[in-house]
Formats: sequence, C-alpha cells, structure tokens
Amino acid sequence: MSEIIDTLISPEPAAPEEGLPLGRRSTLRLALRSRRVQFGGSLVILMIAIALIGPHVTPHSPDAILGIPFQGTSPGLPFGADYLGRDVLSRVLAGGQALVWMSLASAAIGMLLGVPAGMLAAYYGGWRDELIMRGSDVLLALPIIVFALLFVSLLGTELWLIVLLIGISHAPQVARVTRGITEDVTHREFIQSAIAIGIKGPRLLFGEILPNIITPLTVEFGLRVVWSVSAVAGLSVLGAGIQPPAADWGLMVSENSGGLAVQPLGVVVPIICIGLFAVGFNILTEGIARTVAGIDRRRSAE
Amino acid sequence: MATGLQLAEAPEPLLGATWRDSRAGFLTAWILRRIAFGIITLFLVSIVVFIATHLLPGNAARAILGTTATPARVAVLEQQLGLNQPAWEQYTSWIGGLFQGNLGMSLAAREPVSTVIGWRVLDSLQLLLAAAVVSIPVSFGIGILAAVRPGKAVDHAINGVSVVLAALPEFVTGLLLVLLFAVGALHLLPAVSLAQPGDTPLSNPRILVLPVLTLTLAVIPYLSRLVRASLIEALNSDYVVMARLKGLKTGTILIRHALRNALIPAVQGTALTLAYLLGGVVIVEYVFQFPGLGSALQEAVNQRDVPVLQAIVMFFAAAFVLFNMTADILTMLLTPRIRTR
Amino acid sequence: MNNPDAGAPARPQEAAASPAAEAADHPERPVVSPDPRIPAATAGRPGAGTVVAASVRGLRVELAADRDVVSDVSFDIGAGEIVGLVGESGSGKTTVGMALLGFARRGAVIAAGSAVLAGTGSSGTTDILALPEKRRRTLRGRVVAYIPQDPAASLNPSLKIERQLSEVIRAHEGNGAGRQAAGERIRAVLAEVGLKPELTLGRYPHQLSGGQMQRVCIAMALILRPRVLVLDEPTTGLDVSTQAVILKLLRGLCTSHQIGALYVTHDLSVLAEIADRVLVMYAGRVVEDGGTSQVFGRAKHPYSRALLGSVPDVRHRTELSVIPGRTAPPGQRPSGCAFHPRCPLAEDRCKTKEPGTTDFDGHLVRCHRAAQVAGQADRVILPTPVPASGRTAVLSVRGLSAGYGQHAVLRDISLEVFEGECLAIVGESGSGKTTLSRCLIGLHAQQDGEVSYRGASLAAEARQRSAAHRQRLQYIFQSPFNSLNPRKSVSAILTTAYRTFFREGKETEQAAVADALAAVGLSARLGSALPDELSGGERQRVSIARALICQPDILLCDEVTSALDVSVQASILRLLGGLREERGLSMVFVTHNLAVVRNIADRVLVLAGGRVVETAPAAEILDNPRSHYTKTLISNTPSLDVTV
Repeated sequence: MSEIIDTLISPEPAAPEEGLPLGRRSTLRLALRSRRVQFGGSLVILMIAIALIGPHVTPHSPDAILGIPFQGTSPGLPFGADYLGRDVLSRVLAGGQALVWMSLASAAIGMLLGVPAGMLAAYYGGWRDELIMRGSDVLLALPIIVFALLFVSLLGTELWLIVLLIGISHAPQVARVTRGITEDVTHREFIQSAIAIGIKGPRLLFGEILPNIITPLTVEFGLRVVWSVSAVAGLSVLGAGIQPPAADWGLMVSENSGGLAVQPLGVVVPIICIGLFAVGFNILTEGIARTVAGIDRRRSAE
Repeated sequence: MATGLQLAEAPEPLLGATWRDSRAGFLTAWILRRIAFGIITLFLVSIVVFIATHLLPGNAARAILGTTATPARVAVLEQQLGLNQPAWEQYTSWIGGLFQGNLGMSLAAREPVSTVIGWRVLDSLQLLLAAAVVSIPVSFGIGILAAVRPGKAVDHAINGVSVVLAALPEFVTGLLLVLLFAVGALHLLPAVSLAQPGDTPLSNPRILVLPVLTLTLAVIPYLSRLVRASLIEALNSDYVVMARLKGLKTGTILIRHALRNALIPAVQGTALTLAYLLGGVVIVEYVFQFPGLGSALQEAVNQRDVPVLQAIVMFFAAAFVLFNMTADILTMLLTPRIRTR
Repeated sequence: MNNPDAGAPARPQEAAASPAAEAADHPERPVVSPDPRIPAATAGRPGAGTVVAASVRGLRVELAADRDVVSDVSFDIGAGEIVGLVGESGSGKTTVGMALLGFARRGAVIAAGSAVLAGTGSSGTTDILALPEKRRRTLRGRVVAYIPQDPAASLNPSLKIERQLSEVIRAHEGNGAGRQAAGERIRAVLAEVGLKPELTLGRYPHQLSGGQMQRVCIAMALILRPRVLVLDEPTTGLDVSTQAVILKLLRGLCTSHQIGALYVTHDLSVLAEIADRVLVMYAGRVVEDGGTSQVFGRAKHPYSRALLGSVPDVRHRTELSVIPGRTAPPGQRPSGCAFHPRCPLAEDRCKTKEPGTTDFDGHLVRCHRAAQVAGQADRVILPTPVPASGRTAVLSVRGLSAGYGQHAVLRDISLEVFEGECLAIVGESGSGKTTLSRCLIGLHAQQDGEVSYRGASLAAEARQRSAAHRQRLQYIFQSPFNSLNPRKSVSAILTTAYRTFFREGKETEQAAVADALAAVGLSARLGSALPDELSGGERQRVSIARALICQPDILLCDEVTSALDVSVQASILRLLGGLREERGLSMVFVTHNLAVVRNIADRVLVLAGGRVVETAPAAEILDNPRSHYTKTLISNTPSLDVTV
C-alpha cells in the first residue's frame, strides 16, 4: 500500500542545484541538503548509537535487582524499577540491540529477495512475470504476525527465524514496487538503444537499469525498516520475540504493562525509544523521497 | 495554400448499436476473471497454511498432550485428529470441510471451531467497521484540506503529525493513548484492562473507544496523504486548468472535476487501508485485551490448537483478498476509460 | 446572448464557403463598419476604422524573483483577424497568450500592463488585468476563450462531452435559460464545428479521435460567442490532414463570427496559411510585428530572418540557416538586446541598450539596425538531388509484416536503401513507420519477412544479431529527454557504446570519445556533464555522437527533430547532412513532416495503413506525386510561401 502513497509524495521546493560543477549533481548530495534528511538521519544515528553503545555504559547491570517491583524514581534509579525491581534505565540502554539489528536485517532480506524478483519479472515479462506476481499476491495475503506466532510457538524463539520470516513478508511488496519502476525504466528510450546495440542480461540490468532505480529503492528500504520495527517490536510484545530475562524494549513493554498505573516509566521509556527510531527513519526516508520527487518533477517539466 | 482538395478526417470510432451490449459483457467478464484470480489465490494460501501447520517438526498430538504422554495415548489422539492419514487426504478433507462451512474441531475446546471463534469474528468485525467508519471520512477530510492549501501552515502541520504517527507501531500509539486517557491526567475511561471476559462491544461500547482510536491514528496518516496526493495531482492537471479558463467557479472545479478523478486512487487506497487494518487488529486487541479474533489467535497459538489457527489464518487471508478484489473492481467501475472500451 | 456587434456578418454557414480562398485573394482582413463605442487602436496596424477585439499594452510578466518572462509587449487584434504569435521555447509566447485570459502560471506574476477586451463593460471594453481574480473568471469563456494544445489532456476523462459543454453555459448564465434552450445552443455550435451531436454528446473524451476532441474544444470555446480567442498551438499533435481541416474551420469561424484570435505557435508555416498578422517573439519581447506577407516576405529583424531561414519548406529545398548559440532562460538574458550574442549584425550599442520599436508604416521592428537590414530575405534554393544509378543496396527488405499480438501493423513491406543515400519514410500516425524502423533495428520481435544488410540476413531481434551487424546499423531516437541514461555522464555513455564493439586501450577510447564529440560540434568539456545539464539540441547531438562512435554504415533516425525547436532542428539537419557527406553514410529518416523530407531526402517512401503507397526519388514524388494519398498529403502541408 505504501507504494501508492510514496510515489505520489509532493516534492520539495526546488533545491538549488546551481553551484555544483558539471556532472556532480547526484541525488544523494542533493538529499543531504534537505532538512528532513539531516534531522531524521541524526535521530537514526542517535538511536543506533544508543542501541550499540548502550549495553556498555549501563550504570547498573540490567539483570540486577535493585529495588522493589515498580518502585518509582529514586536515587540510583532515575527511571524507577521494572516489574522485578531491576533498573529501568540500564535495561533500556541494554535493550535496543535486538530491535535495531533485527529490523535492519529483515528489511535488507526483504530487499535482497524482492528486488531481483521484481527486476526479473519486469525484464522478462511473460510467464515469469505472471508467476512472480501471483506468488507475491499469495505471500501478501498471509498475515505475517500470525505466521510468526505460529512458527515461534512450534519451533521456539529463534531470532534469525523471525528475521527471515519478516524479510520474506516484505519481499512481495518490494518486488511489486521494483517491478513497477523497472518497467518504467525499461520502456525509456535509452534502455531500448542499449538493447539495440546488443547489451543484454546482467550488463543491462546492473549497468543500465539498476543505477536508475537505486534511489526509489532506497526510499522503499526506509519504509521497510519502519514497518520492520513495528513487526519486530510487536512480536516481542506478544511474547514471540526475545525471551526473558533478556533486556529488550519490546519485551519491557509487555513485562511492565501491569504496573502502568503505578510506574508508567517502565513502559513509557522503551516505547519512546522504539518510537524515536521508527520516526527518525521515517523522516529520513521522507526527505529522500521528496528530493527524488522534486528532481522528477523538474525533469518532466522540461 | 490549400488547393481545395478535401481530405475527410479519420473516420469516427467504430461504435455502433451493439455498444451497450458489449460494454455489459466486457464488464462482467472482467469481474468474473478477477474473482477467479481471488479464489485461486486463496487456494494457494490454503496450501501454504496447510503445509506450514502440518509439515513442521514435532508431532501436534504430542505437543498437545505434553511430553509426559504415553505413546498409546498419543496414538489415540492422532487417530482422533486424523493425523495418521496421508497429507493430501488431510488437506482435501479440510478444504472440503471449509466449503461446507465446517471448520473442524477445536483441539483445546473440543467444540466446533465455528462455535469457538464465531462470536469473536463478529467482535473483531465490529472493531474493524468502527475503525473504518471513523478513519475513512476523517482521512478524506484531512487530505482534502491539506490539498487545497498545499504548502501552507495547515499542510505542514498535518504532514508533520502524519510522519510521526505513520512511523509509530500501533501498540505504541495504543499504550500512549491508554496512558493519556485511562491512567494519566484525563481519567476519562476505566483503567487498563478495559474489557472483561465475555464483554462484547454491544454490551459495553466503551471498550471500543480506545482500540478504534488507535487503529484510526494508524490509518489516518496513510490514507490522508494518499487523498492529498491524488487530489493535488488532479488539481494540477490540464483539465483543471481548462476548467478555470472556461470560467468555472472554484467550488465547481474542486468537486466536479478534481475530486471526481481524485477519488479513483483514493478508493483503491481505502480498500487497501482496510486490508492493512487487518494486520493491526491482532496487536491492538492484545494491548487492549479486546475479545476478538486477535486474542483468539494468541490463545490458539499458546494451546497449539491447529484447526483454530488454520481457520483464523484463512479468515484473515480471505478478508485480505476480498478487500483487494473490491479495490480492483471499484477502480474499474469508476474509471470510464477502462470500463468503456 | 447580447452580441454588441455592429454590422452583423452573413449567416455562419454561408460565410464558411471558402474562407481560405477568400483570405488568399485579400490579404487584408475585410473592413467592418466601425462601432463608435470601440475606438480603433492607436497603434494603427489593423487599419483605420476597424473594430478592435483586444488591445494589449505594456504587458510584463515576472517570475517571483524579479526576472521577467515577458516585457513591454503591446499589440492589437482586430475583429475577425487572426494574429499569429510565433516564438521558440523560452520566448514567452504562451505566457502572453495566457495573460490575455488574465492568467499566469504558478510562480509567475502579471506585474504590469493592460489587456483591453471588447464586448463587455459599460464602455464596451474592459481591461481584464485591472480586474480582481473573481471578476476575471466571469470574462473567461464568455468574452475571451481558450483553445488548448492537448485536447486529450484538457478534457475531463470522467465527464461526458455534453456535461463539459453545458457547464460553460451554466457557469456564466446560471440555469435561467432552461435546459431546452441550452441544449439547442449546444447542438447548434456542434454543427458549426462539424460534429454530429448524437455521436458526440453522450461519449467520454477517450472515445473520440484527436481531431474530434479538438473540435469539441473549439465548440466549448465558441458556445458563448466570445469576442477574443486564444489558441495555444491547437494543431500540434494532429495529423497534417486533420490539421488542414481544423485550420480551415478556425479561419472560417473567426471570419464569420468576427472573432479576434491570437494564434500562439512555433510553426511558422501554419501562420503563413491562416494568419493575417504575425508577431515574432524572442526572449520575452516582441521583436517584429507586421502583416503576414510583410514579415514572411520582407522580415526586418535579424532573428526573424534567421528563423524564417531555418524553417524547411515543402515546396523548395533550401539551405537552412543556423542560429549560433542558444536561447537564454529568464534571469540569464543578456543586457541590451537579448539577441545580440547570436546576431550577425550586432554592434556595440546592441550590447548595452535595449532597442525601441521602429515603425515602418505599420510594420514594427525592435532592432537598432532595422533600417540597415536589406529588403528581401533570400532563401537559397537548392536543387533536389537526382539519385545516381547503379548503386549497391545496403539495406534490403522483402515482404516484411509485423504486428502487436493480434493486431497487424505492417503488411508486406518491401524497400531498399542504397549506399550513401538518404531514404525518407513518411507517414502519418498509425501508418506503422515507427514499427518499421524498430523492425529494422531489431527492437520488434514479432515480425515476418526478410531484412538483409548487404546481402546478409538480419535476425528479428537485436540480441540475436552478430556484433558486426549491430555495429553497422545505428538508431537515433526521437525524444532527447529519454534517449540518454540520466545516471551516466556523456563520456560514460559514449564509452559504453564504444566498448560494446571495440576492445582497445583506454587512450584509444578517450580519443574516440573526443572525436565523436567534436564531430557533432560539442565541446570536449561536456564529457563530464550529465544529460540533465544539457539542452534538447545538445542531447540529440550526444545521441548522434553515440551512434557515430560505433562507426556505423547506416543511421536510422526516428523523428529525431520532431521534439526540437525549429532553429535547433535546422542545426541538427545540417549536422546530419554534413556527416553523411563526409563519411558516406546511408540514412533512413522516419518522419511525418514533408517539409523536412523535401530538405534532406534523396528518395522517399510513403507509408499508410501499414503498406507502401509510393516510392520514388524525392523530386519526383514531391513535385509530381502519383498516388492520391500523397497528393493530398502534400497539398495539406502548410507552406511558408505566401505569394501563392
């Protein structure tokens, strides 16, 4: 569904391109000038830093029981204690790793599966196209949360399995989007002229077509990450993710929800962390998408 | 100068008396084909579901009875469940049962699956419907508002909020709402576990409020942006410029020209929004302990109740396929260029 | 509806009898008895005592940042007169047309000037630019109407034709007159434009042909009997035959209804056919303003002369003049006279001082040196070449048929291309000419029949052809905007093409790239540019360079100049001609434009409905066509030659 929306995003006002020497105008450079990209990017980097460095800077051990369950803010416990009496701050610092790597990895798997599928479907057309598209229709219809819960209940919580499943659930959407933009590019005359010279197969797909779809695919990747965060965190909350006693933002939400009335911080802080990561990524993605749309609009206005 | 030789213009398109007949025929054929596609998809989904649930390591009967069960009891249960039949036979009997409305027997409750989940389906449907009824008009309103004042403060504000809301997972929004309304400063609604066992939305409508609000907040950013984008595209089109140059009033242009064409992608988006809502239902029901399919799913997973699981999955899949099909068919009906040959 | 026309003309049907013939005999418009309420223009051109339909003075339109798009534009349009406004891209002609409707596109502002329209207001006239937007709306469609360039995009795809016509009436008159009366008016105006109501009203736009849609737009414009029409390139995209019919229709309607029309276009030949007066625009200024025969026969501004010299004509093969440099966009225009960097007559004062308007007895020119510009602009007429006999055929086609799925597009085509010649393939839309060229180059898989290069058979698909074959035939596409990979620099594009056929060292590669750029007249520093940074003409040159770097034998050009400005087209045509001579290339040139054919072809093949209608040497086929189809095509092609 996001593919419809995001191809219709309105463009940034014309970012000044003059001043860059001939040939140096790449979309990425342009994007870096966008406020959204800068802000969103900084937020993402911040959250990733917290997730990666956090475990090494916790004031107390995340597993140490230091207080009464659901104890409020007190000296030594700036965010209070969780349902077992452990320090919320320490657990929050230690709890971002899984979410960050799992959402990035599953989005990456989705792209790795979906992009070649979409490109091949668009390039070859015919029965291969039909097959890939029907297959992705079927995959789309399978509710992933359900499947994840199912597999986890039967096989136990293997994190790589969850990542794989979520990645597979992204693939149909990615394939659909990739196919759409590859189709567009394939019909343009510079590809036709490459075919006429005799460029074909991998040389055509990677040398001529891919550079022209990389930027919209970057946007798609960003959207996939945002969705992955939702899925991974959601599974954790439902108990199908990382298991206790590990520290994990999603897990903390469900663990501490019993004390919501008394000690909300045990829930609020992790969800703010989850939220910031997702929102940061979304703003970053939106910034890139607007830059692309701005370039496209200017190009088609000629 | 033209020397006077007349050349007749290209002949008019060949549309004769049979125009109306062929139009109806063409439409029906298209719709039937689309429905057929949907059914095939569901078939394939059912195969995947079946394979997933039956070809997994571990024995369902043993899993149900636990590790302490004797082989004899396991064998008896296997016999009861039909687990010793070849796979494809199990599949055909299951599928056959589905067609007749027999969803199998719940392993945990020893009751027909339809009894177990029947009322849950209704509850979830009420939730879905309520969420749709609220979110769709609001999204359209916001989208239209933003589109007629693009780039102004209103538009920017809406966009900013949308970006944030769109990124937040539903349970985050849900919990924040709970904090705000139930626990926090505004004690408008009762405390966290809002629903008692046995509650239905009909008996206690207040349990609908927060879940519906959460789902609505998840949907509005997407749908309103879609409406906005397609309306802006329509407003920037040549035919709208032409309408202005004909001297039509702004209101007329907006409604008769722009919205009419902008509706098409918006309708598509709406149907797909409903499909998207399906995914959100599970987690939202968990957060609010709402007695619906989502929580039934959780229980079934915990209890390894395979027939119930299969039925719920098929239900979700069927709903998804149905919404997509509706989107395609509505688009077709609303676009004159496609529906008249 | 009140029509304050003094001296009502004859009934529309009678007046439409042969307006073209009439206009040919009487280059001045017919004089109508003066209406004392409407003063004749003091600028004087339409002739004393004539009714003025629209009068523009001092129009200035700016982009937000004080960069002007057009400035100091003044002209009059008499009732029943068609005034042509011609310019290339960036000249501001469309902006002027829109200003007459009180309209500026987003980002532009009408900063100064007046546009006085007849037919409304207490004194009989109103300045639409002096009105607030809400009041302007009441004039649009009623007093001044617009006919768009692309009727398919300008009609709402979701509304039936009847609705789109009746809403014009309702918007300006409310429901007062009643549905019956409105319906009758709609039928009447449809009959005037030659459409049958029962076959049009109930349909959606996509169910009509291009010509029919344009007629609907004309009907929509005329339904409230406006005094002024603004036509924005209304026949671009129509076939030549359809165009001829529409032009005739427009000419007749303007005369019979005494409507003053502003015909904005880039196509000078069209104006030669129907315009009474012509305004030439360059860089936002009107540089020349006079009667059609004055401007076309005795142009006084260097740009107008050069422009006229660069237009190919279907009657005679001429040496096309090329204007060096390119048009500067708003904000980057040179000081003084905007044309001076490109002008052969430029002197010092041209660089610093903007020229004022000199009046040569009704013929206005904006040039410091107008008086020194000699009389008749000479067009060097070249003989149409007669092909030598006994040459070898480099490309040979026998019994070629092709289609899309069930739909047959080409039927049994046979042709030959001889060494060193230029064969033009001419056809209107739907003739199959693009399919034919795609079949030749191997981009159309579904084909039967035989295509051979110097006797060797060519496979249907390019990827199955040998490298030698792929190298010898090169294809150049129509659209400069899509034919180059946006992500690659110019030298990367050329290098990729080179490497497909030649494995030499890096130095040889770089030398080849430099040579190719030089051969097409591009500076070597453009090698590092991305296609987005080049103009349309430059991009086409890069496409040609890419073809040349493969060292081909035959060039297949598919409408390569159709998307370019006229002066840019001239430079590309000369470039191609020069390259052909230098390198002995053979060329197949696919086009719909017979004037271009006259200019470059040695032999011509006419295609219609997927079949070959006629093949003959150029001179023969253009001067003495055998088939009725070709005859009609030629006679419908407008010509610059206004003396006929």
